[in-house]
Amino acid sequence: MIEIKHIKKSFSDKTVLQDISCNMESGKVNLIIGSSGSGKTVLMKCIVGLMNVDAGEIKYEGIDFVNMEEKDRKELRTQIGMLFQGSALFDSMTVEQNVMFPLDMFTKMNFSEKKKRINAVLDEVNLKDSNNKFPAALSGGMKKRVALARAIVLNPKYLFCDEPNSGLDPQTSLVIDKLIMQITKEYNITTIINTHDMNTVMESGDHIVYLHQGKKQWEGTNKEIIYSQDTYLNDFIFASEFLQSAKQMKIQYANAKTNTP
Amino acid sequence: MTRTSTFECSMIKFLEHFGSYLYMLKGMFTRPENLRVYWKEFIHQCYDIGIGSIGIVFIISLFLGAVTTVQTAYQLISPLVQKYVIAQIIRDSTLLELSPTVVCIVLAGVVGSKIASELGNMRVSEQIDALEIMGINTKTYLIAPKIVAALLVIPCLISISMFLSIAGGYFAGTFTGILSEQQFSQGLLKDFTTFNLTFGLIKAFTFAFIITSISAYFGYNVRGGALEIGRASTTSVVISCILILFADYGLAALLL
Repeated sequence: MIEIKHIKKSFSDKTVLQDISCNMESGKVNLIIGSSGSGKTVLMKCIVGLMNVDAGEIKYEGIDFVNMEEKDRKELRTQIGMLFQGSALFDSMTVEQNVMFPLDMFTKMNFSEKKKRINAVLDEVNLKDSNNKFPAALSGGMKKRVALARAIVLNPKYLFCDEPNSGLDPQTSLVIDKLIMQITKEYNITTIINTHDMNTVMESGDHIVYLHQGKKQWEGTNKEIIYSQDTYLNDFIFASEFLQSAKQMKIQYANAKTNTP
Repeated sequence: MTRTSTFECSMIKFLEHFGSYLYMLKGMFTRPENLRVYWKEFIHQCYDIGIGSIGIVFIISLFLGAVTTVQTAYQLISPLVQKYVIAQIIRDSTLLELSPTVVCIVLAGVVGSKIASELGNMRVSEQIDALEIMGINTKTYLIAPKIVAALLVIPCLISISMFLSIAGGYFAGTFTGILSEQQFSQGLLKDFTTFNLTFGLIKAFTFAFIITSISAYFGYNVRGGALEIGRASTTSVVISCILILFADYGLAALLL
């Protein structure tokens, strides 16, 4: 579990995160949602230590991450996998070399063991027969899957995904969402996702934190979000008329189901 | 803004850059996570810097020597000056200045811009962040092998360049009848000081460090997108060239 307590972050005179507290639970898909510029990416970068917080605490399984020594921080990071918005695959390496890189760096496996592990994770993300392709030859969805394979190859305890569905078609987005959910449950990892995608919110949001202008505006689950009375959240989630009517229908259906003897 | 405050701003900016440059160099000295992977990266960089630049070094060096021969002969019109002096001039100017300085200025463009744009692209596309998240010290992994490889390979390139430049001078001199083969050999051997060769290699080491560390600094610290990568690449080449010229003068004043 990751505990976040009273996080604050500013860039010169602009406050980006204001007093944010929440817990990201193990074995669950935790979502950070919010409109562009609400501070989602900054919050995620603070949690993984790519940015330093101005104030507040971040604890991984009760251990203080903010004041952790660099050596311990590096060790902890070997338990973190991250899927970046642009995939962040190494251009000069093939798919296989990209996924093998963390194994080369941090394990003493021999080549055949590494190869076996790589094939297993590539199989897990439904990506076979692409081992020798370079990132430039892959589609957006394939790149995300390779990045996901690289993120989980060391069996991380924590998985961070920064807008995993950006730039993908709805069908591929669903595939990525299902993969992340499956991996989270299978390995019982703490998954944190930054997203705008409503499908992800409704399908996989075990725990959702909604940010509005750098503040935590709402917190709950995908079951609760539909009944939320928060104006900002409703304006964000159900922005279109289509989604508003879908929400109304869902509520009516739920009420009818409850009232039926 | 007044002239004083503009100067102060420039000084503050310079000191900020200098401080973070030193901080970057300090950050490189950490224990590698896996020596085998670092060794592989070092070999890759040796190949990239060495083999990647050998063609341009070959062409430039041959022509440097050839042009120096023709121009020296053009200026030495006195019958009192013996022909072999041309070979002496080629030898000493090649060892002391032409090969180390001119070739390194070209390498600042070839190798420096490549390093800056490669690191800049890695920064912009979050590849450096991905390495950080894995628990890898990116300064040690991405910058140190480049600097060490350059320190090994660039002096080798300069040595090759010295040989080629003198060979270029020989071909230009003998084929055009400026001086005979025997006169050229006599000039090459007469009053040869080994320190000139050492001095040329000291320069090559210094310039290799300047080229790689400066371009790595500008590439590593890129913020923004494609435009900033291009800007970082150009800035790194310009700053490297200026520093090479300063170091060139400094070394000459100190060691000669």
